[in-house]
Amino acid sequence: MRARTERFLPFALLLPSIGFLGLLIVIPMVQALLLAVMAEGGGLSAENFQRMFADVNFSDAWRNTLLLLILIVPLQLVLALCMALLINSRFRGHGFFLYIYAIPLAISDLAAGILWLAVFTERGYLNSTLQNAGVITQPILFLSFDNLGGILTAIVIAESWRATAIVLIILIAGLQLIPRDFFEAADLFGANRLRRTVHVVLPLLRPSLQSALIIRTIFAFQTFAVVFALAGRNMPVLAGEAYTWYATNRNEHIAAAYAVLLLGLTIVATVVYLRVLGLREAEVQR
Amino acid sequence: MASITIDGVNKIFGKTPALKDISLEIRDGEFMVLLGPSGCGKTTLLRCVAGLEQVNGGRVKIGERDVTDLAPRDRNIAMVFQSYAVFPHMTVGGNIGFGLRMKRRPKPEIEKRVREGAELLGLVPFLDRYPAQLSGGQRQRVAVARALVMDAPVLLMDEPLSNLDALLRLQARADLKRLHKEVKRTTIYVTHDQVEAMSMGDRIAVMREGAIEQLGAPMEIYNNPASQFVGGFIGSPPMNFLRGAIRDGSFAGDGFDVPITRMRGDLQGREMVLGVRAEHITIAGEGIPAHVMVVEPLGSHALVTVLVGKTPVKVQAPIDVAVRPDQAINLHFDEATLRWMDAGTGSAIQR
Ligand SMILES: Nc1ncnc2c1ncn2[C@@H]1O[C@H](COP(=O)(O)OP(=O)(O)OP(=O)(O)O)[C@@H](O)[C@H]1O
Ligand SMILES: [Mg+2]
Repeated sequence: MRARTERFLPFALLLPSIGFLGLLIVIPMVQALLLAVMAEGGGLSAENFQRMFADVNFSDAWRNTLLLLILIVPLQLVLALCMALLINSRFRGHGFFLYIYAIPLAISDLAAGILWLAVFTERGYLNSTLQNAGVITQPILFLSFDNLGGILTAIVIAESWRATAIVLIILIAGLQLIPRDFFEAADLFGANRLRRTVHVVLPLLRPSLQSALIIRTIFAFQTFAVVFALAGRNMPVLAGEAYTWYATNRNEHIAAAYAVLLLGLTIVATVVYLRVLGLREAEVQR
Repeated sequence: MASITIDGVNKIFGKTPALKDISLEIRDGEFMVLLGPSGCGKTTLLRCVAGLEQVNGGRVKIGERDVTDLAPRDRNIAMVFQSYAVFPHMTVGGNIGFGLRMKRRPKPEIEKRVREGAELLGLVPFLDRYPAQLSGGQRQRVAVARALVMDAPVLLMDEPLSNLDALLRLQARADLKRLHKEVKRTTIYVTHDQVEAMSMGDRIAVMREGAIEQLGAPMEIYNNPASQFVGGFIGSPPMNFLRGAIRDGSFAGDGFDVPITRMRGDLQGREMVLGVRAEHITIAGEGIPAHVMVVEPLGSHALVTVLVGKTPVKVQAPIDVAVRPDQAINLHFDEATLRWMDAGTGSAIQR
């Protein structure tokens, strides 16, 4: 009797989350898959994908998404790592810094986009500050459609501000799991701060780096609201195209094709991270 | 020159003092053992010397250099951690060579010394394994090897053999002792195994509640414990204690009366504790009456536990001793071997 309860208990405990995930993730995912591979009139077809690839905005969206990914993810990782190491060194008032760093976590991405729009727009905070300081006479059009560099910079700054905190939190949690003796032993055996970080901290932090990278990369593929707020349609990205095809062009099949493409990219990235950063079997402490 | 001078060191954790004004001088090349019960501050003292713990007062000097405010890596020491602190992401070889790599020694030298260290501690078959694939004792040996291959003039070891089986420990003890003879590194060795302390130490510092209770050569501490605590801690079995008072040429207490010929006059009537080692008690035809509880034959001799009054006393007897439990016997103490302590404070009293 007892053994039976114990055998089923784990499943019973998992049931709510499985139900939740099934309802909100698996079902929509299957629906999207079906939509993507079905022609408008019905029947299986690759037509949606062909139209997606042929679309005028596709190559721009593809390039912009990858560009943002390549710019934002490493930047966030390095920033978050520095902040995490700083906080973990337990200087006076480190808790205060953690709270400050974590504030953007509480802000939705669209709100964050609008907030930064208020900074970068023609009559925004940045321009008026520069003008008041006498640095410039005319406002600079940071977000103009022909100023791709400006738009990109604004988006990278806004995204880094908004989503570095989540990486930071994961890394801090990971750092705190590393027993202090390892830092002490490294110090005692002659490693300075930099070599301690390279030879001991980073390798031991791999599981957390892995989680952080996976989460950040998934979100980077899905970057949308911040881009939309700052650049509108001047800077198409893959997730934005899905939205436009669904909401503006009213073609849910092609929107679904974009979604499936994003899903595929996400899976590939995740597998790569798991392979590259995963712990070897031999290293796992029993 | 790498003597270690610990001068009035204090360490307080929150409100609890872990080290109380400790002063200790360790000579160049000396093997100093810190011995004491769990929680007495051995690890804390070692960590203060290593610089892993900031002292709340006092100075630490290595040689002529005041290192009190230096980081651990600037103190030029090697250490075996009580918790091993063997890096899980490096192989055994990687761990042993870690310190040498951090000191940027040439590759061939590192390889050679890693090999030597692994040979000394029987780790050669495991050089390519990760710590998770080792037993606790093997992991501990990695920690010892990692410290030994460094040519730091100061070696700190925190219970480095605690997790080895009896045979291996015996061998490792001899190896460490031989190694110390060859390379005279100034060593502080923490243990709560008094046999280890006796056999390895040039001197032993017996610690109790954050203070050094007695400092001396092993036999000196064994023969003349400074207190009841030290006598009870050193020696296996520990020293026997009987409580009583001197009256008219004899020391009398509950159930015994030991004739004493020489005693300072001012000790008349004072409450005292008599300390006597098991090997200094003989079973005799007449003397102090005792009741046999247990007889333990230990190969070379037998350990007989008897009751004197209500106090258990351990007696070392020849292996062929003809006593059995519940027998009434008599004990003889050799007066010259008796030690005296104050009944209140436990500290030794000179006759
Ligand atoms: N980081 C710490 N914070 C608070 N108290 C501590 C800390 N480290 C040690 N202590 C306390 O200081 C005292 C001495 O500890 P220490 O580790 O030096 O003992 P020890 O002699 O090495 O014992 P053991 O033989 O069990 O290793 C203990 O009472 C312990 O509880
Ligand atoms: Mg300890």
